[in-house]
Parts: sequence; structure tokens; C-alpha cells
Amino acid sequence: MKKIELLMDKHGLDLALTRITHQVLERNRDFSTFGVVGMQTRGVFLAQRITKRINEIENCTLESGILDTTLYRDDYKMAFRQPHVKVTSIPFDINGMNILLVDDVLYTGRTVRAALDALMDFGRPKTIQLAVLIDRGNHELPIRADYVGKKITTLSNQVVSLKVTEKDDEDSLWLMELEKGE
Amino acid sequence: MGISIQHLLGLDGISREDITLMLDTADSFYEVLQREIKVVPTLRGKTVVNLFYEDSTRTRISFELAEKRLSASPLNFSVSNSSVNKGETLRDTIKNIEAMKIDMVVVRHSCAGVPYFLTQCTDAVIVNAGDGLHEHPTQALLDMMTIRQKLGRLEGLKVAIIGDIFHSRVARSNAWGMSTMGMKVVLCGPPTLLPQHYESLGVPMTDDLNEAIDGADVVMMLRLQRERQASGAFPTIREYRNRYCFDLEKLFSLPENVLVMHPGPINRGIELASDVADGNNSVILQQVTNGVAVRMAVLYLLGGGENG
Repeated sequence: MKKIELLMDKHGLDLALTRITHQVLERNRDFSTFGVVGMQTRGVFLAQRITKRINEIENCTLESGILDTTLYRDDYKMAFRQPHVKVTSIPFDINGMNILLVDDVLYTGRTVRAALDALMDFGRPKTIQLAVLIDRGNHELPIRADYVGKKITTLSNQVVSLKVTEKDDEDSLWLMELEKGE
Repeated sequence: MGISIQHLLGLDGISREDITLMLDTADSFYEVLQREIKVVPTLRGKTVVNLFYEDSTRTRISFELAEKRLSASPLNFSVSNSSVNKGETLRDTIKNIEAMKIDMVVVRHSCAGVPYFLTQCTDAVIVNAGDGLHEHPTQALLDMMTIRQKLGRLEGLKVAIIGDIFHSRVARSNAWGMSTMGMKVVLCGPPTLLPQHYESLGVPMTDDLNEAIDGADVVMMLRLQRERQASGAFPTIREYRNRYCFDLEKLFSLPENVLVMHPGPINRGIELASDVADGNNSVILQQVTNGVAVRMAVLYLLGGGENG
């Protein structure tokens, strides 16, 4: 893969998350019934950062969880090697809660579809809102995000790659291009 | 990433990476089993045949639950009410079942090598649920999962496996798998039931129970298979119990956090005293719970792909 364009550096990422946080604050009043769920893998860290910002501003302690959608994917029959099932942990009762689902990239919408199915198996939340750092278009399902960090148009041979300090020792968001044979 | 095997016939020759992947995946499925809704849609549309030529309660129910909780369609086949009694061969039986479009076969048979034989006559994925005196890989996986869950690691731990080693496919799978994972396995039982070939695998053996459990982190008692003792490997059940029953006195000679395991069904008072089986060190029922998670993991990892 080769790098095409730096979409966000650390500062850009901070600004985007802060903006999303404030939009969430504007749209929601009651944070006693509010929970944030990050999607594996990088969405988890974004969710933690948004949770921290809301906690600081609202002086509260939000419920938070981690969701892995592997078992709910619709391409299971196509994959020869099974993707690794990662940790799911929703340590609170989601019934009647307003849930903010956080992922890094919105692309086909299939992961979000899987996440919605997975969340419903844990209970019946009052609402689910979706926050993504980047919406790269090419949706294959009628799914859109409520909060978007940045919206771009991409080609199918391109990849959006997020790095976060918690896992990759740097904060950056790159648009990459697959090279032949990759 | 991804598992490198197509079928699970045994743990002999399975890499450390594959075993670790199966155990990690089982941990994820364990979380699914703690939910209110314990079903995920992953294997929707897959048909799994449970081909049981031998009696089983735990393993069979465990596989069936695992299949249902992955949304696969289980089909149960037992010999007692099938055409096997009319003389149909194993090969014909599997060919006929395969003709009805199935994806996976979970097989238990009294002959060693039957799972391998089935891979030669069908395209379905084969999972060994116990074949003769050979292997019982999912049992060994759930044993390792339980140890890792309770003690946090496998590497370097000492496991004493005690009982009728000769007739035990559980001991065989565990000896392979645990050695691969860097554990120290000691086998113990009456000398007549300790097959010498284990020595060539570098697995130490002893007929002295106290020597076997000395310094052990895990004590695994095996069921005395009374139906297989016609050869007179030891004089009487009473003598066996006197020498090899794991009771409170032996338990108290070990560190406080030692795990006591048993693959079930237990002969209470023969190989394992009731107060130990039901005591705080016993993880026997946890093994049963983990069995479902391990089998979900195996079915998940092997069940993908266009060709079943």
C-alpha cells in the first residue's frame, strides 16, 4: 500500500472528535441514560476519547462498551480463513438507553448493519446514534452516520487507515492506495 | 491469521498457533454464552450432522448446543435407530448423508481413524468427537481453556493425568496438545494401563500417584472405564481405588489453588472422592460450560468458505 494523502494529523483528529462530542452534547440532554459503544478495533479508542470529553464537560461517568461484529458479518461464507473473533463487552443493561455507536470508517455500511444486529441481541435500546471519523462514500446499504468527522469520496482500490496512539504510537488518518497484487 | 487446518481429527501435529487461535476464539464465544440471548447468526444455513456411533451425553449435547447457538442446523444421527443395524457400511452411510447436502460432520466412533477415513470419502468438514482409543481433541481443548481461564497461562504448568491411560483418548489428546503448549504432562496409572509408547513422546509416566501429583498445578482424573476392563489389568476395583483414588487427604497435600479436573462421567468414590469432586478446587462443571464455547470456536473456525 502506498500513501496518497494525509486526511488528518493529531491536531485534526482532536478537532474532529471535539466537534463530534459537542454535536452529541447538543442533540442529547439526559446523559444518565446514555452509553457509548466502540466498535473493534480502532472505534474502541475513538469511543474512549469521546466518552472522556463528554464526562469532563458534563461531569458524569458514562457507561461504555466494546463491540465486535465478526459473528454477525454477512460475508462469512465467502471468507476462506475466518476472521479473528475479538472481545465484545457490554457491561451495562442497554434496554431503554440512548446508545452512541462509534466506528472509524463508514464505507459499505455492512459493518454497521452487523453492529446494529449485535446490539439488538443485548436488548432494546431507546435510540442508537452513529458517529464515524470518516465517511468515505460508496454505501451499499441505506445507512448514514449522525456525526461525521470528515466526508470524502474514494475509489474501491483505496483504503482509509487510522492510527491511534493507544495502539499504533501515533495519531493519523491516511488515504492509501492498494498496489497491484495486494 | 486464520486456522491452517481443514478438519479437526486430533491434536497430534496441530501447531501452537492453531491451538492458541482455537482457545482465544473459545474465550470470545464464552462471552456470548454469558449473554441473555446466547445465539449468534454466524453459521446460518450450514447443516452439521452429529454422527454418533458410540454413547455420549456431554459431548453430544455440547456439540448440538454449540451448533444451535451458532444458528447452524444440527442433524442428529444415532446408530440405534438407523440403517447401520441393517448392515449399511460407514462409507455408504456418509455418502448418503452427504447427498442430502450437508456441510460438516461431527463424528464419534469406537474405531480409531474413522474421522480420517471420512475425510477420504466426503467433502464435508470433519470434526472428531472421539474415535476409539485415539483422540478426543475438543475435550483436550476445553481442558486447556479451563486451565488458562483459571490459572492465566499454560506454559510451564505441570499436569498430572491419572487413571486408565491405555483406554483414554482424552489423555492422548491432552498429552499432544499440552506438550505443544509447553506444559509438563505426567501420566499415572496401574503399570498394566500405561502404554510404553508415551515414553518415546517424552511424556514421563509413573504408577505412583503421590509422585505424579507432587508439584502439580492441575490434577486430571480419568474415568475408570469399567466396560473396558475385561482383560484384568488390575485385580479388583477396590485395589484400584486404594491406590489411585484422589481424595481429600491427597488434595490437602497440594497447594491451595490446585485445579481438579475430570472429563466425566465420574465414578464417584472410585477414581475421585465425592467431597473433592464437589469441592472448591474442582472445575469439573466449568469444563462442561467451556466445552460449548470450545466447540462453537472449532465449528466457527472450520465452518467458513465456499466449499464447506
